[in-house]
Order: sequence, then C-alpha cells, then structure tokens
Amino acid sequence: MAFAAAFFYLFSAVAVAAAVMVIVSRNPVHSVLFLILTFFNGAGLFVLLGAEFLAMILVVVYVGAVAVLFLFVVMMLDIDFTELRQGLLSYAPIGGTIGLILLVELALVFSGWAISSEAMETVAAPVEAAVGATNTEAIGRVLYTDYIYYFQMAGLVLLVAMVGAIVLTLRHKPGVKRQNIAAQVARTPATAVEIKKIKPGQGI
Amino acid sequence: MTEIFWTLGIIVLQSVALLTALLIIVAYLIYADRKVWAAVQLRRGPNVVGPWGLLQSFADLLKFVLKEVIIPDGANKGVFMIAPLVTSILALSAWAVVPVNHGWAVADINVGILFIFAISSLEVYGVIMGGWASNSKYPFLGALRSAAQMVSYEVSIGFVIITVLLCAGSLNLTEIVMSQQTGIGTSLGLPGSFLDWYWLPLLPMFGIFFISALAETNRPPFDLPEAESELVAGFMVEYSSTPYLLFMLGEYVAITLMCAMMTILFLGGWLPPFDIAPFNWVPGVVWFLTKLLAVFFMFAMVKAFVPRYRYDQLMRLGWKVFLPFSLFWVALTAGVLVAFGWAP
Repeated sequence: MAFAAAFFYLFSAVAVAAAVMVIVSRNPVHSVLFLILTFFNGAGLFVLLGAEFLAMILVVVYVGAVAVLFLFVVMMLDIDFTELRQGLLSYAPIGGTIGLILLVELALVFSGWAISSEAMETVAAPVEAAVGATNTEAIGRVLYTDYIYYFQMAGLVLLVAMVGAIVLTLRHKPGVKRQNIAAQVARTPATAVEIKKIKPGQGI
Repeated sequence: MTEIFWTLGIIVLQSVALLTALLIIVAYLIYADRKVWAAVQLRRGPNVVGPWGLLQSFADLLKFVLKEVIIPDGANKGVFMIAPLVTSILALSAWAVVPVNHGWAVADINVGILFIFAISSLEVYGVIMGGWASNSKYPFLGALRSAAQMVSYEVSIGFVIITVLLCAGSLNLTEIVMSQQTGIGTSLGLPGSFLDWYWLPLLPMFGIFFISALAETNRPPFDLPEAESELVAGFMVEYSSTPYLLFMLGEYVAITLMCAMMTILFLGGWLPPFDIAPFNWVPGVVWFLTKLLAVFFMFAMVKAFVPRYRYDQLMRLGWKVFLPFSLFWVALTAGVLVAFGWAP
C-alpha cells in the first residue's frame, strides 16, 4: 500500500506541476508537451485506481490522437511573442475579474459541499470485486446494455459533427488534376499507344 | 517490506534480461536487414567486421557513440535532446507486456494489446519533437509528413486489432495466443496445427496489418518522413552520433515490436505449427523467435523490392482503401460470430 501511495503522490505532483507549466510556459509547443505529460500522469492515476482500460484509452485517444492534432496546429503557428505580451496590461483587469468571480463561485460551492459517509466505502472498493469481471468487460456491459441509447446518441452527435466539419471545409477546386488509379490500371496498349509510320524526310 | 523488494528485484532482473536479449536481437536484425537488401541487389552487404561481417552492428554502435554530438545553434535544445530518448524508451517499454512463451512476460496485464497500441501511437511524438526542435525546414516537413502518416495508419491497425479481439474475446496477449489453439484446423481434423491460427480466417486483415505496420514504423515503401530524394533524411537531418543512434534503435525496436504483434495476433505466438512429437518438444520461445524472424524477413524483402509510394497515394491507401475495408471486416466478423454463435 505504501508503494501505491508513493506512486499516487508522484503522479499527482507531476500532473499538477505539468498542468501549471501548460499555462506558464511561453512557448505554445512546450505547453502542448506539458499537457501530454499531464495526460500521462492522469493515466497513471487511473492505473492506481484499478481502471487500466480507462488509462489506456486516455493515452490512445488524448495523447495518441487529440494532442497530436494540437501539436500539429501549434507547431505551424507563427507567433510573435513580443506582440503577444503587448496586450497583457489592457486585458489583465477583465481576465482578473473573471478569474476572481470563478474563484468566489468555487468557494461558495465548496463551502456547501458535504461528503456522504457511504461514499468513502464505495471509493475504496475496486470494480473487479463488485462485478466479478475485468473492468473492460464491466464497462462494456454497462455501456452496451443500460446506457445503449445514450451511447448511440453520442455516436450520432459525433457523426453529425463530423459530417458538418467535412461539409464546411470541402471545396472542389476546378482545374485540379486528380489521379484516377482505376483508369490508370485499366489502360491497355490499344488505348495508350498510337503507332504512326513516318516516311524518311517528311516528319509527322 | 522485504517481499516488495524481492518482487521489485525480480522485475528489474527480468527487465534487464529482456532488454539485453532484445538489443542483441536488434543488432543482428539490422545486420540481417542489410544482408537481405544486399542479396536482392546482388551485392555482398557488410562483410568486413568479424566473420561474415557479423560484428558490423557493434562497430557501428562504437562509431556512433564515440562521435561528437552536434546540436544546431537555433535548435530548441531541451526538446531536441528529449526526442530521441522518447522514441527509444517508448519502443523498448512496449516490450514489457509481450509474452514470448507461456507466462514469459515481464507484466502480463489485462489490457496488454491496448498498452502496445497506446505505445505505438505515441511513437509519433519522438518524430514530431525531433523535427520541430531542429528548427530547420527539411526536418520540419519530415515531421509533419510522419505525423499525418502515423495517425492515418493507426486507425486501420486499431480496426484490425478489434477484429482479432472479437475472435479471441480478451485483451490479454497470453489469452489471445491461447485462443488460437482451436479454430479452422481443429474443425478440419488437424487440432493444434498452424491452420488454427488467426491468419487463415482473418487473411485480409493479416495483409492490412502487415502493410499498416510498414507505414506505422516508417519502413519502405512508406518511408516518406525520411525520403532522401526529397527531404535529405527527414526529421533526422540535424541529428548526429548518439541521439541519431537512439532514433535508429527506437525505429528498429518498433519494427521488432510490430513483428511480435503479428506473431501474437495472427501466427499463434509461441504455439508449435503442429502439436505432435518433434514439434512440441521445441521450447515455445524458439517458435516465437522463428515466427518473428520470418515476419521480419518479409519486412526486409519489401524494403528491397518495392518502390517508394508518393505521398498522396499513401494517404489514399490509408483512408480510402484500408479504413473502409477494415471497418467492413469488423462488422462482418462480428456478424458472423454472433450469427453462428461462435463469439467467446
């Protein structure tokens, strides 16, 4: 147990430090790299909780796909850092006010928040003992039986979003040569080669 | 408390043994790769260092390590040095879950296949970070190409893995191998034979996985990130000595990992090709290595005689051919398994 606790503190400390660095670091590429480190430590915390499936999915989806796209966009930005810092003073009051309001709201919520005495017992119980299956199976059962309609609905929402994104960005430029591989493969000497007999001294 | 240190000590010993074996195998795989390539082109290949050039990889290692590390002036130094480390450490760490024989894995975790998939999807970071941190145009273009390529082919690899999981009914690598003891071969009257393995019922997926693995590890004919006629050496242009060595090491370890994946998912892992007397006397690890080397031989031959793809053709193949086909095959497999009641 002491081991798990040590790793918990390691993962959470690194996660918090990396999350702070995401905001603090000047270079946006460094920010994304720190974000990836945060995700990693989040995955580590999931493993400690016994939720290895969620941990791996977090790494595959967020680090393997989403963060790659972030990095892709951020790397191509041409940012002038001096220009970026010029607006700081004019925006600081608004940003500070919003931050303060959020902080007060959080404090209000937290002061009225009581943890039920039963919650602590369920926190300590791992999923495996309750269901008698690996947590991949447990999630699968819950997701595809009890919550199948919500799951399908989420899928539909994503599909609509995807179709929308494609419709918005698809442009058919006229005059662009495209490769038609089927047509290329189907070419025969009869359609591709024309044989001409040229008499000497006359040309075509 | 002493118990914990015992288990820790055993894990460390296992890891060291695995890494040593892996690095020696990789050294000879590089040698084999060059020899196969040379044989196809009617050359001799490396033949000077040691008998038949067997020590060539170690001579190369010494050369890389002893040379000077050059860091470009405009480079982002931290990221520049972390990138090769990321590549090689990620590639090596994935081997922790690979079972080379029954129960011979450093960590036999429930979601082994997902772990490998996660790690192989992370390998793109070494390339992107290296390309960006070099602060130079060719590496940057190489890194962008590589990112797009790896993300594209991961999708079809994911679907292939899902098909195998549907048949095996588990994400544990050992159980995936054990589920290949019965199958088509058993129903044909050859129980425990090579006809039971998943390559036969999932033959199209085997092909897709092989080609996607080539693209995922940036092997020819999909080595566009380092296409030397267009991008000099892609994301590695600015790298020299040990950092370059780490990139190469990571690349080859990733290739062996992909070979091991194909062995486990489709070729029955450590199972013998026939479950009868002379074959099942041989230890499982020997069969595993034999299959891994056979797959690697295919990788090397493809490098030797397939011309490089153009970039738009590569993208077309990934998104317009492999993705729809593998999606269709997932649906088909699931449908067949449910319809005939074969689902585990």
